[in-house]
Amino acid sequence: MEKTAVVGKKRNEGSLSFRIKKNRAVYLMLAPYFILFFFFTILPVLTSMALSFSSFNVLEPPVFTGWSNYIRLFLDDDIFKTALKNTLILAVVTGPISYIMCLMFAWIINEFKPWMRAFLTLIFYAPSISGNAYMVWNLILKGDRYGFLNGMLMELNLIETARIWMKDEKYVLLFLIVVQLWLSLGTGFLTFIAGLQTIDKALYEAGAVDGLKNRWQELWYITLPSMKPQLMFGAVMQITQSLAISDVSINLAGSPSVNYAGATLVTHLIDQGTIRYEMGYASAIATLLFLLMIGTNKLAQKILRKVGT
Amino acid sequence: MGRYKEMLQIIKPKMVNRSLAGNLFLLLFMAICGVFMAAPLVLIVCNAFKPLDELFRYPPTLFPRNPSLDNFSDLTVLMSNSWVPLTRYIINTLIIVGGGTVGHVLLASLAAYPLAKRDFPGNRLLFGIVILSLMFSWQVTQIPNYLIISRLGINNTYLALILPASAYGLGLYLMKQFMEQIPDSLLESAVLDGASELRIYWSIVMPNVKPAWLTLAVLQFQQMWGNTGSMFLRDEELKPLQFSLQQIIGGGPARQGAAAVVTLIIAAVPITFFMLCQSNIIETMATSGMKE
Repeated sequence: MEKTAVVGKKRNEGSLSFRIKKNRAVYLMLAPYFILFFFFTILPVLTSMALSFSSFNVLEPPVFTGWSNYIRLFLDDDIFKTALKNTLILAVVTGPISYIMCLMFAWIINEFKPWMRAFLTLIFYAPSISGNAYMVWNLILKGDRYGFLNGMLMELNLIETARIWMKDEKYVLLFLIVVQLWLSLGTGFLTFIAGLQTIDKALYEAGAVDGLKNRWQELWYITLPSMKPQLMFGAVMQITQSLAISDVSINLAGSPSVNYAGATLVTHLIDQGTIRYEMGYASAIATLLFLLMIGTNKLAQKILRKVGT
Repeated sequence: MGRYKEMLQIIKPKMVNRSLAGNLFLLLFMAICGVFMAAPLVLIVCNAFKPLDELFRYPPTLFPRNPSLDNFSDLTVLMSNSWVPLTRYIINTLIIVGGGTVGHVLLASLAAYPLAKRDFPGNRLLFGIVILSLMFSWQVTQIPNYLIISRLGINNTYLALILPASAYGLGLYLMKQFMEQIPDSLLESAVLDGASELRIYWSIVMPNVKPAWLTLAVLQFQQMWGNTGSMFLRDEELKPLQFSLQQIIGGGPARQGAAAVVTLIIAAVPITFFMLCQSNIIETMATSGMKE
């Protein structure tokens, strides 16, 4: 009898409502952040998903239209196809390359003494935080002979007349990739630099004793496995960034870009939403982009978990 | 030979498994890549000091031949003639960026402390949602965000920019990961002394995570500094400095000189803040890894 009473009391203490009550102070601390987080992150995602099944022009209330937005996207919208193709090309190229760049530069920078390390970190990180200063590339890629690229190539007699680089379908995507890579050494890069500094030096000495012969073997057998958590976080940063490319395209290639050569999912979304006021349709694009980003990230996490196992 | 070795002293001495050839190769490689990264930034600096005729010269030159401060005085004239006084734009920026930064650091750290240090129902779920939010970018939600902000009735107020910025996911994530390394013993003794959770947060946790809140402040500043606010703010008197700077950049050939200075200002401000806090930021990022 007594025994069951004690068990009963224990069960009561472990019960959900008891634990919630006990942590009242904790929930009060969480509330301000998570209320705002709900309104400006969770609710927008849900709203976007709901609106994607409707026709909505802001002025009149939304009308439920089923899958018609999605059907129109895939069957009836050539610009969407171009935008999807460009987004995937940009992501497949800049995503992995920028990730490897972050890792490689961080690894090399870590070989230097602290003052040089700080200096190089600043140089490589600066473009990603300098706001829209990347518009300086407009001067480099300018379509007349005052542009730096044209000027240089003409001086070297490689081209005869100035080329209008960003108005030529052949070059738009190429230069967007170059500028995007220039901009891409951001948060992921800093994480790698920081992660490398936390690796225990004794591991390398032990590695040398165990027969590692050069820095490349060290990288593969010691460094990478030791910074797996940073590798996973960096991947999230680079993937999300590479799928959201839009401002660079709008500011360098124009909006709309020539024959939509620089259109991406985000520029198409902005075009449909803020210019044409087709909020339902834009929400369908947003929802697809959301699923694409989450899916790619989850896949990358799965792959990276295998590093060193 | 000795002298060359001395030159290479910028590379850490006494590391195992390093060859001189390898060091030389890496130095050369970094020099080339460094030039590619730095050249556009150097161009921004140089352009600010070029007189107008040098901005339109063929062939274009990187460095100014007759450096002058004309562009700076042009900019001051332009700014002093604007319809809304410059000081107003600066005050707006201080309110928006200041509010969003302070709000974010406070709210994110207040929520990060229990997530990092307390076991309560919903802990893993809430943090899981925050991690999920890192996996998509703000562009995905910009349209519903606009609708929600209108519905909340804060359109065309500072709050339309401050409130969403206060609840970004990345800051909470970084703060929580950094707080995990605070030793539990430090907190336990405070609990035994009868301190409330809020008290522990303010007088024990916060002083111990100074690098993290500096990092959040700098990252948040970078985010908010570039925002012209034109999506939410209609009244000219509410718009931030960034908006008026962007107007000058879009001002056509006659304003290229002033625009060059503006580009320099836009880039230099966040870079300076990063420089000042670099070591704290690196310390915070060291704990940013994802432990599944």
